[in-house]
Amino acid sequence: MGDTKTLNPQILEVNKNYPQQGEMFLATVKGKETVLPEDLYVPPNALEILLDSFAGPLDFLLYLIKKQNLDILDINVAKITEQYTSYIELMDAMQVELAGDYLVMAAYLAELKSRMLLPRPNEQAEEEDPRAELIKRLQEYQRYKEAAERIDKIPRIDREIFSANAKLPEFTLQTPMLDIPIEDLTFALAEVMRRVDQSQAHLINFEELSTRERMTQILERMKTESFIEFTSLFIPKEGKIGVVVTFLAILELLKDSLIEIVQSEEFGPIHIKGIDEVH
Amino acid sequence: MKNKLNEILEALLLSASRPINIDEMVKVFDDPKPSKDDIRSALNQLDEDCIERGIELKQVASGYRLQVKQNLSAYVAKLWEERPQKFSKATLETLSLIAYKQPITRGEIEEIRGVTVGTQLMRGLMERGWVKIIGQRDVPGRPSLYATTKEFLDYFGLQHLRELPELPSLPDLNSLELQLPIEEPESKDNPQALS
Repeated sequence: MGDTKTLNPQILEVNKNYPQQGEMFLATVKGKETVLPEDLYVPPNALEILLDSFAGPLDFLLYLIKKQNLDILDINVAKITEQYTSYIELMDAMQVELAGDYLVMAAYLAELKSRMLLPRPNEQAEEEDPRAELIKRLQEYQRYKEAAERIDKIPRIDREIFSANAKLPEFTLQTPMLDIPIEDLTFALAEVMRRVDQSQAHLINFEELSTRERMTQILERMKTESFIEFTSLFIPKEGKIGVVVTFLAILELLKDSLIEIVQSEEFGPIHIKGIDEVH
Repeated sequence: MKNKLNEILEALLLSASRPINIDEMVKVFDDPKPSKDDIRSALNQLDEDCIERGIELKQVASGYRLQVKQNLSAYVAKLWEERPQKFSKATLETLSLIAYKQPITRGEIEEIRGVTVGTQLMRGLMERGWVKIIGQRDVPGRPSLYATTKEFLDYFGLQHLRELPELPSLPDLNSLELQLPIEEPESKDNPQALS
């Protein structure tokens, strides 16, 4: 929390007493040699750390503005742009691989600066101050930057909140046979039974079906359909006995690990699928 | 019976190593199961019993948890040799944007933060279980919509999103004074003057 706040100024402003490097030309920009900004001593590799300590170009801009004791509303675009680009050029000269976002911001600031310099034609007098967009973005960003700092202060697990735990007693774990609650399966069965009741009037005396036969029929069907809805396996015409036989066949297939019963969401439809073959 | 219920609930809470809710508590009992109200009053009893102890019962988003009393946490923290993990500014900013503006797309997060949100960062938040994709916005590209989870609230000891610190308000832009002088059109150019 507090650390990050003090980190930024340190990097930029401390180290004045540090053994000074001789004035070092870093690069030639527009025919002029760039030197380090006066108030900036840059220890080797520090710029990467500097970049890391800011969450992005907006964060960096806010820092530059704060450093000038300015309010966001009073920013001087020309000055800020100059400062910002001098840091960017410096980092570029030191061959720090810059995140593209920083360059995008540099381009945006340059464009803004040029628009500020242009005289304003009268007919466009009602046009928004070009700075307004930048200010809006900075303010919006600052809200969430502050919100993030506040969230960081909330007591959290293993920092301020410690959960109480006791060592577990000896016990044997009961592993359920089914991945889905048995109530759901019985509920689905009840649903099928209900439908059967509705069509009971059409019941024809059917020859008795053996569970094995039904198992085979299901497996047969799985050859063409890999995913079968649970309820579609039941044939209402067969009546209650047929339903029971089918249900037993499904359980039997499940026991033999020939099929899997899946349910993608709570209370959702139950599906039967084949066990994925190992390739 | 009442006493027994307290003990059972305490055992559950101490062994769960995560918050557990009343439904889960009811489930561990054989018939006749205690009612939810029985559980609630037993939890109240348990909470009262904690007054003289180093732990307290806390309700968070996913249920109840027994935790060390807040005012004792400094002692406990000393036992932990490694400092708890700190979160980067990027992580916290992204998390707060998701928390306050959910459901939100990655593009919207990037727009406000002015910086690209790394895949790694998002994946990290999702692996911690704090953030999940709750759908896709119905626009070209169908970007994923992110939201926070109950686990996120649990981690920060909260029950509801509304318990988050208040979001700083946005200053009124109209208060911004334009520095560029705007020249008034001369009166002879004013169409009103002509009529």
